[in-house]
Amino acid sequence: MPRRTMIEAIRDAMDVSMARDERVIVYGEDVGFFGGVFRCTQGLQAKYGKSRCFDAPISEAGIVGSAIGMAAYGLKPCVEVQFADYVYPAYDQIVSEAARLRYRSNGDFTCPIVVRMPTGGGIFGGQTHSQSPEALFTHVSGLKVVVPSNPHDAKGLLIAAIEDPDPVIFLEPKRLYNGPFDGHHERPVTPWSKHDLGEVADGHYTVPLGKAVIRRPGAAVTVLAYGTMVYVAQAAAEETGIDAEVIDLRTLLPLDLETIVASVRKTGRCVVVHEATLTSGFGAELSALVQENCFYHLEAPVARVAGWDTPYPHAQEWDYFPGPARLGRALLETMEA
Amino acid sequence: MADAGMLRFHVPEPEVRPGGTPDFSDVTIPKAGSVPRPEIDVDPRTIRDLAFSIIRVLNRAGEAVGPWAGLLSDNELLEGLRHMVTLRSFDARMQMAQRQGKTSFYMQHLGEEAVSCAFRKALAPGDMNFPTYRQAGLLIADGYPMVTMMNQIYSNEADPLKGRQLPIMYSSKEHGFFSISGNLATQYIQAVGWAMASAISNDSKIAAAWIGDGSTAESDFHSALVFASTYKAPVVLNVVNNQWAISTFQGIARGGSGTFAARGLGFGIPSLRVDGNDYLAVHAVAKWAAERARKNLGPTLVEYVTYRVGAHSSSDDPSAYRPKAESDAWPLGDPIVRLKNHLIQRGVWSDERHTQAEAEILETVIAAQREAERHGTLHAGGKPSARDMFEGVYAEMPPHLRRQRQQAGV
Repeated sequence: MPRRTMIEAIRDAMDVSMARDERVIVYGEDVGFFGGVFRCTQGLQAKYGKSRCFDAPISEAGIVGSAIGMAAYGLKPCVEVQFADYVYPAYDQIVSEAARLRYRSNGDFTCPIVVRMPTGGGIFGGQTHSQSPEALFTHVSGLKVVVPSNPHDAKGLLIAAIEDPDPVIFLEPKRLYNGPFDGHHERPVTPWSKHDLGEVADGHYTVPLGKAVIRRPGAAVTVLAYGTMVYVAQAAAEETGIDAEVIDLRTLLPLDLETIVASVRKTGRCVVVHEATLTSGFGAELSALVQENCFYHLEAPVARVAGWDTPYPHAQEWDYFPGPARLGRALLETMEA
Repeated sequence: MADAGMLRFHVPEPEVRPGGTPDFSDVTIPKAGSVPRPEIDVDPRTIRDLAFSIIRVLNRAGEAVGPWAGLLSDNELLEGLRHMVTLRSFDARMQMAQRQGKTSFYMQHLGEEAVSCAFRKALAPGDMNFPTYRQAGLLIADGYPMVTMMNQIYSNEADPLKGRQLPIMYSSKEHGFFSISGNLATQYIQAVGWAMASAISNDSKIAAAWIGDGSTAESDFHSALVFASTYKAPVVLNVVNNQWAISTFQGIARGGSGTFAARGLGFGIPSLRVDGNDYLAVHAVAKWAAERARKNLGPTLVEYVTYRVGAHSSSDDPSAYRPKAESDAWPLGDPIVRLKNHLIQRGVWSDERHTQAEAEILETVIAAQREAERHGTLHAGGKPSARDMFEGVYAEMPPHLRRQRQQAGV
C-alpha cells in the first residue's frame, strides 16, 4: 500500500472527493495556484480548474460566509483557514450560521461544509500559529469537530467530512503533517514513510465520524487523547512502563462515549490530555462525562494534562507543550492515587 | 505644527431630536425623471454620479416620467399596490396581535413596503433572496401564504419552523427566501457565495443580498463587497437606507462617505441610489441590476432611500430618540399613496376603489389570522412538540442528543 504524509493524504482526500462529486469546491487563502502554504491543495487547481479550486481574499468571514451560501445553493465547499489561530473572524459565520442553518430553517436549508484548519503547537509557532481552539467549536450545537492523528485517518475522515450532510470543523495538527511526534523534540523526527499509519490506500474510503479507536490496548489506566497527544500518550506509557490504554478520539463532537466508558470501566483510571489550555478546555467535558458514567468504577480522580492557561509562548515552547514527561508524571500519580 | 492644539472627538448627531421640528432640508431630492438610465453593460467608472443622486420615476403630479419609466403595465402596478396594502395590513394586524399577547415580538415595514414588494417582481423563479427581518414583502409579492407567515409568528403547531425561531424569521427555499438569522449582515456574504455557486454551476439564477443602513457597518458587508467584486458574482447588493438603526441615525454608520451607494464605488461595483418609496423606480432599478447579474456582468449595489415610519420593533419606542412627526416631514412621502395617485392619474384607479380594496384586503388578512389562530398562538392552543426541539440540529440525531431527549422526557 502506498505511504503518504498527512499533507499528501489530505490532498488525496480532496482529490478523490472532487473527482467523485463535482459539487465539491475547494478554496481559501493561497489554496489555488500555489497549492496552499502547507501544500495540502497542490495540483488541485491544475487538475480541476479555477471554478473548483481557487484563491480567496484574506477574509476568513468571507471564506466561511460564502461557503455557507454555496452550501445553501447545493454545492459542497471544503474551505481552508490558513491557521486555526485565524478562524476567529469567521466565528460568527460558523456559530451563528453554519451550525444553526438546518435547525433554524427546519431543514429548508442545510450547510454541508468542511472548514479545514491547521491546528496545534510544538513547532515554535508562537501565539498565533499554535493554538488549539477545538473547545470553542465543541461547545456549539450543530457542528461536528474532527481531529485526525495520522495520514490514514486524515484521508478517511476528510472524505467522510466532505460527504457529511452537516458542517464539520476539521482540525489538522500541523505538527503531524510530515511525521508522528511524541514530544521528544530533542530526537530526530521519523517521517510517515516509516510508520504503519502512513499507509494510505488509493481511491475512495472513509473513516466514520463519531468513532474513536484504541491505539494502545492496556489494562491499568485509560488515556483520552487526540491529534499530536496520541503519540505523546503512547511514549509516556512506554517510558513509565504503565500499561495505559490510549484512545484516539478522532471525532470530538459527536463523541464516541461508548468506547471511552468501556475502557474506563475496565481500567478504573483515566487521564485526559490535550494541547489546548486547561480551563474550560475539551478535557473538562471528557472528565465530567467519565465521572458521570464511570463513577463507581473509578479508583482515582480523573486527571487532566493540558496546555497552561496562558497564551501559547514562543521561547518556552517545551515548557508549555504537554510532553511525555509531564503526562508520565500524571500517569504515575493516577496509578498511585 | 505648533498651532495644532488639542484633538477633539467627533460624534455625529441627527439634525433634530424629540421636541424639535423635523427638518430634511439637507436631503437633496432630484426631480423625477432627471437621472439617466445607462446601458446595463456600462463601464462602472462612467456612472459614479448615480451613487450620489436618486433615481425617481413618479413626480409630484403622480406621473411616471423619465428614462426609468414605462416598464410596468396597469395590471402589474395594480398588483403591486395590492401587495403593498396587504403587507401594511398584515403588519397592523400582527403588531396588534403582539400587543394582545398572542406573540412575543413583531417588526413592521411601515413606509418601506415598496422596496421588497417591487424588488421581488424583478426576480425570476429560482433566484434567491438573502433578506433581513424587514423584507417580508418578498414573500407577500411572491404569493407565500399569509397563514403560514402567521403560524411562524405565533410559533403554533403549524409553524413550518417548529417553534424554534423568533417571530418573523421566516424561511422558504421554494419562494427564494433564505432563512433569516438574528445576526446582522451575515446573510450578505452568504448571498455572494450563493451567487458564486450559481456561476460555478453555469446556472442562470442570481442572488439578492439585503442589508439595512446600520448593518453596513458590520464586517460581513465589507467581505461581501470584496468577494462580489473579486469573483464578479451574479448578485444584487441591496442596502435599505431607512435613516434609522434602532435609535441610531444613519450618519453613525455612514460616516463621511456621503451615501451608502458610494461604498460600492471603491470596490468597482456599479452603485445606484433609488427613491425607495417609488414602486416604479425600485422595480426599474432592480430589473436593471438583475439583468446585469443574469448577463454575467457582475454585481450591482443599490441603495434604497426610504424612511422607517414605524418603531424599530414591538419592543421599541421611537419617541425617545426622534421627533414624533418626523415621518410626515419625510420628503419622499408614502409609497402606497404615491402609487395610488399614479394609478388614479393613469385612469385605472380611484379613491373609492382604493378604500374598497383596503377593506377587502383587511378582510383577507383577518381571515388568514383566524385560520392561523385555530392552530394556536404563542401561549394558547396548539404548540410544536418538545420533541421537535431536539430534531434538526444534525441530519441524524447523535447519541448525546438522544440521551438528552430521553432526559427531557419527550
